[in-house]
Amino acid sequence: MELIFSLAIGVLAGSGVWLLLRPRTFQVIMGLTLVSFAVNLFIFGMGRLRMGAPPVIEAGVPLDLAAYTDPLPQALVLTAIVIGFASTALFLVVLLASRGLTGTDHVDGREPEA
Amino acid sequence: MKDMLIQHLPILPIALPLMFGAMLLLFSESRHFARNTLSIVSCVAQLLVAVSLLVMASGGFPDVWPTGMAVYLMGDWQAPFGIVLVVDRLAAVMLTLSSVLGLAALIYSLAKWDRAGVHYLPLFQFLLMGLNGAFLTGDLFNLFVFFEVMLAASYGLMLHGSGTPRVRAGLRYIAVNLLASFLLLIGIAMIYGVTGTLNMADIAVRAGALDGSARVLFEAGAAVLSVAFVIKAGAWPLNFWLTDAYSNAAPPVAAIFSMMTKVGLYAVVRLGSLLLPTGAPAAFGLEWMFVIGLATLGFGTIGLLSAQKLEKLVAYSVIVSSGTLLTALGMPGVTLTGPALFYLVSSVLASGAFFMLAEMIERTRSFGANVLAVTFDAFDLEDPTTANRSDDVVGVAIPAAMAFLGLAFVSCVLLITGLPPLSGFVAKFALLSAAVASAAGPTPAIDAWLLVGGLLISGLAGVIALSRSGIRVFWASEERTTPRLRVAEAGPVSVLILICVAMAFWAEPVIAYLDAAAVSLDRPATYIDAVMSAASTRTPEGALP
Repeated sequence: MELIFSLAIGVLAGSGVWLLLRPRTFQVIMGLTLVSFAVNLFIFGMGRLRMGAPPVIEAGVPLDLAAYTDPLPQALVLTAIVIGFASTALFLVVLLASRGLTGTDHVDGREPEA
Repeated sequence: MKDMLIQHLPILPIALPLMFGAMLLLFSESRHFARNTLSIVSCVAQLLVAVSLLVMASGGFPDVWPTGMAVYLMGDWQAPFGIVLVVDRLAAVMLTLSSVLGLAALIYSLAKWDRAGVHYLPLFQFLLMGLNGAFLTGDLFNLFVFFEVMLAASYGLMLHGSGTPRVRAGLRYIAVNLLASFLLLIGIAMIYGVTGTLNMADIAVRAGALDGSARVLFEAGAAVLSVAFVIKAGAWPLNFWLTDAYSNAAPPVAAIFSMMTKVGLYAVVRLGSLLLPTGAPAAFGLEWMFVIGLATLGFGTIGLLSAQKLEKLVAYSVIVSSGTLLTALGMPGVTLTGPALFYLVSSVLASGAFFMLAEMIERTRSFGANVLAVTFDAFDLEDPTTANRSDDVVGVAIPAAMAFLGLAFVSCVLLITGLPPLSGFVAKFALLSAAVASAAGPTPAIDAWLLVGGLLISGLAGVIALSRSGIRVFWASEERTTPRLRVAEAGPVSVLILICVAMAFWAEPVIAYLDAAAVSLDRPATYIDAVMSAASTRTPEGALP
């Protein structure tokens, strides 16, 4: 499971960084989104991967830390998702404004001279 | 009652702008009087709170905070479990600085800039909230959250007034800072993964006990974290977004932005000081920061000489100040920390005033009517006389506008380049003498002399670049109109400059205070003890009143 998980993070982060370095604003925003997915998974993984263990106290589960998974990274991921999502939405608006004002979707606001 | 208020002082710098910002949203944009009053009340209240905290940090309220270190348990949860706010001398100084600059920029923007777009005033309050929160918090993840509050507000403010240059600069500003935030998250997650805590004091306690692969992971996490911080601090080679964003933002926004680069520095200093006894990873101090600082200083110096527009010049001087601070803080020991903090205060006030002044100076000339007009054309620069730069002045104008502009310009140049007699000189002199003194001590002498050389050369470049643009603006331009300046515009700039004059006049108590801050940074045990021993006031289980 760890291997698949880390491969997924690696692939997401790698493609995200590659897209970030592309010259079109839409590619940049997709890159940012992929990197944010990778980061969120990474935070989640830092709480150690567990299957079928509840993060909050549940009736019927023994009151023992070993029976539970770490709830904190899950809370952190939630915060990070919200913040990342809002910032990406804002970036999308700026992207559209830039497209409207400059007439191009190049990140420099003008087409490179050929 | 009084004790109760003092008890809750540390939360007020966050709570006040949050509540006033939310309240401002309830008023429609057309109700200027109510909105302006609310904003000013909020900023004045923050200033008062910040000054009380400044007094508190030097032991002013011995009944409540005898050690001069205020630890505020949020929701009354004890340290490693809940989030704590910590006020020590350094945090109090930063809070005061941000509220002074915030008030000045707010009053300046009320003259006309607040009407160049929507939701300016609430966003301004939220930016202050993020700034204050980042200075106060003692929790690593909470630091990220306040960074994001600050950045989210700054994205809105960056685009305030709209226009192609702003949107184009804003696009890159947002992209770079989003990526930096993701790096911050990775660093935080790695540190949490190995230490199992997010409380900064607790991390400092546990990091020392790590060994083997956990230690390696911790250092990698700390390195990623510091990369994120130096991006925000505008360190080379991650600062190419900075000059574009700062010189295109609305002037009062740029003024408050000059505080934002210092938040990254503050985070480096705070975490670096806490991690020092654990054998902090290199990135958080010493060699690496010193080298990065020197490179930043060099980049800023070259930029200063190449900049054509006054706003760009000021933006490069922000980079120079970041570089100077990183270099000075990268030197081992605390001898340079006190003078560096003095330099930080002085340079933030000066560049804040300069950003606002630059716009007033811009009004004196019709665009292109200067000797460098050809260069402007060659570089395809836009005519800045857009719709929202209208000169129709409403309200009280000040007399002798040109004399004021000239004097203020000279003062700002003196402050930024560090020439006598203003506080910029005191700051640079203190830095230089501390560097020379430490060259004789345990520091590798070459480092100290590099710092001395860097400081002097960047100062010289500043003098050349700024006097060139001063000559261009005040003497060489043929078509010059005397602008009408409002009291609300000239006032804040003069107040900021006067504070710098006062800092030069009463330099001794200020330096003594900042040296004490530096000494307490050198003894992180005090901070850690204060945080970890802060007792909850809650009654024990089963003894509910």
